[in-house]
Amino acid sequence: MKVGVIVFPGSNCDRDMFHVLRDVFHFDTQYFWHEKGLPKNIDAVILPGGFSYGDRLRAGAIAAHSPIIHDIQKISEKGIPVLGVCNGFQILVESGLLPGVLLKNNSLNFMCKWTSLIVKNNETPFTSQLKINQKIPIPIANGEGRYYVDEDTLKSLKKNNQIVFKYAEVVNGSTDKIAGVCNENGNVVGMMPHPERAVESEINPIDNKPSSKIFESLLNNMGVYQ
Amino acid sequence: MAIFTVHVIIENKPGISDPEGETILNDLVLKGTSKTISKITTAKMLKFTIKEKDKKNAEIKIKKICDELRLYNPVVSKIEIDVFN
Repeated sequence: MKVGVIVFPGSNCDRDMFHVLRDVFHFDTQYFWHEKGLPKNIDAVILPGGFSYGDRLRAGAIAAHSPIIHDIQKISEKGIPVLGVCNGFQILVESGLLPGVLLKNNSLNFMCKWTSLIVKNNETPFTSQLKINQKIPIPIANGEGRYYVDEDTLKSLKKNNQIVFKYAEVVNGSTDKIAGVCNENGNVVGMMPHPERAVESEINPIDNKPSSKIFESLLNNMGVYQ
Repeated sequence: MAIFTVHVIIENKPGISDPEGETILNDLVLKGTSKTISKITTAKMLKFTIKEKDKKNAEIKIKKICDELRLYNPVVSKIEIDVFN
């Protein structure tokens, strides 16, 4: 039940993620600096949000070459759950672990607001406790969140059930309103919105915190949560 | 061996929207006096200084670096390489 939170230079949601994993959902949580390797007994890995390397070149492009990405690639091939949130999602697409690319929002603005997601795939380790078409109020905070894939890739994403979350409305110009995708096996998931900012009443006055189900799904996947 | 300057222009592939270029065109240039401009696209340029035996080798080396380290994202971008003495 050991969950790793990967820290890159410029990560800034790592402590929020660590806090939620350890204090709210009681995972055995550990930070891993991007230059170090992962232990063999890791059960899940989360790449948190932030501005790794100051978004230089492109968001996530430099962190995608960090030594730890090689280990993440290896564990992902074994089926171990990997979640990338915001900059973590950008790093996963830049490293080729997930398809597509994240471009500047159509508005060219950094967008920081609450929006709503629609669940499209509840067969991943992070969504098994959610219902298909369930609506999830959740915050976004990004400048480069416009998911793009070409038409052929979009077709294959649909065919393989790799679209995990869509925005309920047009938010930033993403292809097909996509907010989150997974790899073909479903164990690597990336999403632009921040579930770790929506699971505690103190900072989520809006609803009954369905984002909690993302973390509860992971607990369930590990056989802990009933 | 000689020193070369290599410019790598990273720009969107055709069909990828460029809201920054469109804003510069519609909200600045076309609001000015010139009405003959029909398109503006933005790009990023990297300037390399490299020691190589000739221009051809400099270009090959820089292209290899751009591809291997994904200095541009081939999903949405293409590059143009210009080598100068």
